[in-house]
Amino acid sequence: MIDATLLFEQLFNGLQFGLLLFLLAAGLTLVFGIMDMMNLAHGSLYMLGAYVAAQVTLWTGSFVLGVFLSLPVILFLGIVLEAGVLRPLYARGHLDQVLATFGMILFFNEFVRLVWGPDGIEVPLPEFLQGNVSLFGIPLPNYRLVVIGMGLLVALLIYLLVTKTRTGMLIRAGASNREMVEALGVDINRVFTLVFGLGAALAALAGALAGPILAVTIGMGEHILIQVLVVIVIGGIGSIRGAFVGAMLIGIIDIFGRSFLDTFFKFFLPVNAAETAAPAVASMLIYILMAGVLFFRPQGLFPAKTG
Amino acid sequence: MKKILSATVFAVALLMAGPQTVAAKAKKIKIGFVTTLSGGPGVIGKDMRQSVQIALDHIGNKMAGVPVEVIFEDDQVKPEVGKQKTEKLLSKDKVDFVSGFIFSHVVLASRNPVVKAGKFLIISNAGTSKIAGRLCHKNIFSTSWQNDQIPMAMGEVLNKSGVKSLYIVAPNYAAGRDMVAGVERTFKGKVLGKDLTKWPTQLDFSAELAKARAAKPDGVFIFYPGRATNAFFRQYAQAGMTKTPLYSVFSVDNLSLPKLQQAKLQNVLGTISTHMWSPDLDTPVNKRFVADYRKKFKAYPSHYGAQSYDSIMMIADAVKAVKGDLTKMDAMRAQMRKAVYPSVRGKFTYGNNHFPVQDFYSRKVVKDADGNWTTQMVEKIYTNHQDVYAKRCKMKKTW
Amino acid sequence: MGNKTQISIVVFVFLGLAIIPLVAQMTDTPFYLDLARRMMILSIGALSLNLIMGYGGLISFGHAAYIGVGAYTVGICAEHDLVSGFIQWPLAIILSGLFAVVFGAISLRTRGVYFIMITLALAQMMYFLGVSLDRYGGDDGLPLIERSSFEPLIDITNNIVLYYLIFFALLFSLFLSKRLVNSRFGMVLQGARSNETRMKAIGFPTFGYQLTAFVIAGMMAGFAGALLANHTDFINPDMMHWTRSGDLIIMVLLGGMGSLAGPVVGALAFLLLEELLSGVTEYWQLIFGPFLILAVLFARGGLLGFFSAKERENG
Repeated sequence: MIDATLLFEQLFNGLQFGLLLFLLAAGLTLVFGIMDMMNLAHGSLYMLGAYVAAQVTLWTGSFVLGVFLSLPVILFLGIVLEAGVLRPLYARGHLDQVLATFGMILFFNEFVRLVWGPDGIEVPLPEFLQGNVSLFGIPLPNYRLVVIGMGLLVALLIYLLVTKTRTGMLIRAGASNREMVEALGVDINRVFTLVFGLGAALAALAGALAGPILAVTIGMGEHILIQVLVVIVIGGIGSIRGAFVGAMLIGIIDIFGRSFLDTFFKFFLPVNAAETAAPAVASMLIYILMAGVLFFRPQGLFPAKTG
Repeated sequence: MKKILSATVFAVALLMAGPQTVAAKAKKIKIGFVTTLSGGPGVIGKDMRQSVQIALDHIGNKMAGVPVEVIFEDDQVKPEVGKQKTEKLLSKDKVDFVSGFIFSHVVLASRNPVVKAGKFLIISNAGTSKIAGRLCHKNIFSTSWQNDQIPMAMGEVLNKSGVKSLYIVAPNYAAGRDMVAGVERTFKGKVLGKDLTKWPTQLDFSAELAKARAAKPDGVFIFYPGRATNAFFRQYAQAGMTKTPLYSVFSVDNLSLPKLQQAKLQNVLGTISTHMWSPDLDTPVNKRFVADYRKKFKAYPSHYGAQSYDSIMMIADAVKAVKGDLTKMDAMRAQMRKAVYPSVRGKFTYGNNHFPVQDFYSRKVVKDADGNWTTQMVEKIYTNHQDVYAKRCKMKKTW
Repeated sequence: MGNKTQISIVVFVFLGLAIIPLVAQMTDTPFYLDLARRMMILSIGALSLNLIMGYGGLISFGHAAYIGVGAYTVGICAEHDLVSGFIQWPLAIILSGLFAVVFGAISLRTRGVYFIMITLALAQMMYFLGVSLDRYGGDDGLPLIERSSFEPLIDITNNIVLYYLIFFALLFSLFLSKRLVNSRFGMVLQGARSNETRMKAIGFPTFGYQLTAFVIAGMMAGFAGALLANHTDFINPDMMHWTRSGDLIIMVLLGGMGSLAGPVVGALAFLLLEELLSGVTEYWQLIFGPFLILAVLFARGGLLGFFSAKERENG
């Protein structure tokens, strides 16, 4: 029933979905890990990134320009938010942060509805990104290849930034022991602003790239936010490596669940029962995975905090 | 405390049972219209509200000489909000009719309050099998259809066009499963596979499309309303499934088409869907409705709008029959059952469950004279078709 | 501690709630009866969450699941013509308690954000379970054919009777919370919140205490669910969606976490604001969102804390 080409194609799809999740998870896990800040509004930055990119595309006719303009815009917005609203929240508990950032979600959703209307906007893709290339007889959509390429490139850049630069060293140190970094006389606030801005830009990139595949609509941020939270919790909060592994795991498991679960269930269930159970279980799969991971490793796969 | 409680209850009961003022002719006719005005589905609510406006224009804001007021409420696609708004309409605004309702779960939650209040509920869209069947009621009418009828018509279209094997993709929620069951009921070929996707959060269909392509079907059947429509068509094109025709229900309509066109999704042109309505449906009422709507709002109305227009027209006709005396419930009901009001769909009848027995058509997406995408009638698939749940309704047809 | 102001606020609120049916009747606005009923039911839900969140420090992001279990128990019983409330309601409480035992035992292995996420995950599973329950309407939900019957005692199909039943249920829940919090059990729970290691060290099996609190909170939420099903005459999986759990958290925080009556004030304020603002403008969340942020920044300890803050300063 399951042939090799389909398996390969689904791996490709899982990789693409996983990389999209990673773009969001990378920023969120750092903000979470270093500032101990639960930022639910990360999804709103993703949504705003998608909207700005779509709007610029419609104005200029260039999707590429749309993507690259949305990054600085959201980066700037992120820095303003960090300095204006979030900074007083660092000293508070997670709950205050949840409440305040939830308020931000409501605000941004309504803001988008006021500006762009309730029904979302469409981003036409340029010609060269439509269509597909054939690999071993499997048509792989050009656009998804581009998303994968961008995702891998960004992952590599983040890896280099975090492991090879002084800033990266501070980020890592901040994630594992913030007090120590402060005690060493580093202006941790500047690191915070930098990380938050970077996370915002990555979220915008994810939103801009997701726009043409999914839909640019209100609420798109919350849907993906939950999945991203699952990713960083599985990976271990504050760990970039964990975010990457978690994103890949979730991406591939989600796609595989949707693809093969019904076939699998039909081995031991009547057809009708299998057809009912498969989609239900497929939608729970990432939560089951998370509950399982946390049961055996309550700090996630790659715990970043030390003491 | 108990004494106070019983005293309160007593006092309240007295007040409630107070003498009914016998009004021969109402001073004002109030219609409560519950729809979705916020969030993504707000687009549908907007279209319905505008169509109600056209209907009011056509009757000069008067029914049997009495001024009409329509009060719109936003259900936020939440059943308990819809119910709360319905109760507010009934008790605070004292409406005489309740109408609207896009979504099945909202109308299911709001049904009981309307029935209890002894008012008419005119459903403009939601075609839930429950209200067509076991939960039918003498004061509930539908001006739309029952969900299953449209995919059933699609099954017949597939048989006619020689589709021997089919792949099905639909969201995993009640309406989605109804659509799948509907098409499977009439489609005679082989169903190669079906995928039910997470709703409403899943907008990536890469896994499902890969499976569909590997199955090599003659056609793919989908049901993806709202924002999922664009996502699906776009990914369908990107996945290189240009040669496999796509058949859809409740996905391609005059609300989604401008968006699909804006996204330049050329593969939408020519696709087939089924419905009881299309902007070019050739009846005098429909022509007038569509023309006036387009003149006023510079866009095509959708079936949601057409059905809302019908709801107002049906109420107007019933009010006229009793000369504005809204206490004559039985006479109004008798008039509604006749289905003689000017409907966009032309002549139809009501079944025992107060759902229309009507014709269904296949429609194709085309460019109109101005280059705008719209749907165009292809052919009649069903004549006077009744839904399958009517026999579960205990009402008998006496008209 | 500003206790006096708090008590007078609470007394005032309850007196207000007690006379709402009369006022609604006199002003001919029975609609507010409906709103007030919903407020009180969600108050019970928020109270139960406050037990574990406010006093136990366990932030559950899946508390709506237990409300859902309670509501579904009533709905499914009614669907099978089992309408006696004497059976339905205890069953709803027991079943939500059972779910809480299992979910609590899994979740309590983790702490902090991980706890938040695992409770969220478990509740989402319940949500998807509800969506796939085709027999009971799937995501369309299920209209309650008949409200729970308490023959021959009372008849809750009368909206006023139902109102006062909910009113007394809320009073009882508040009383129960007070007793629990002030008991030795409550002290241990609060001790574990501020320093779990120390509580363990002096010989308290904190896990057992926390699990018990989790289960009690689950049962109380299940009870709220049974009330909610009767109030809306309708059940659907939306009741268990994570956004509903989020609403509950916000109610608790808004009113004042870890204060006895805070959740009641929070639930009332939340729903009242929603109602008022959505009446003013379609874009009400544009105001509500910043309001939440301001509430966090400036009203520490929630509304109840904010209003009694002055007194605190004075001594």
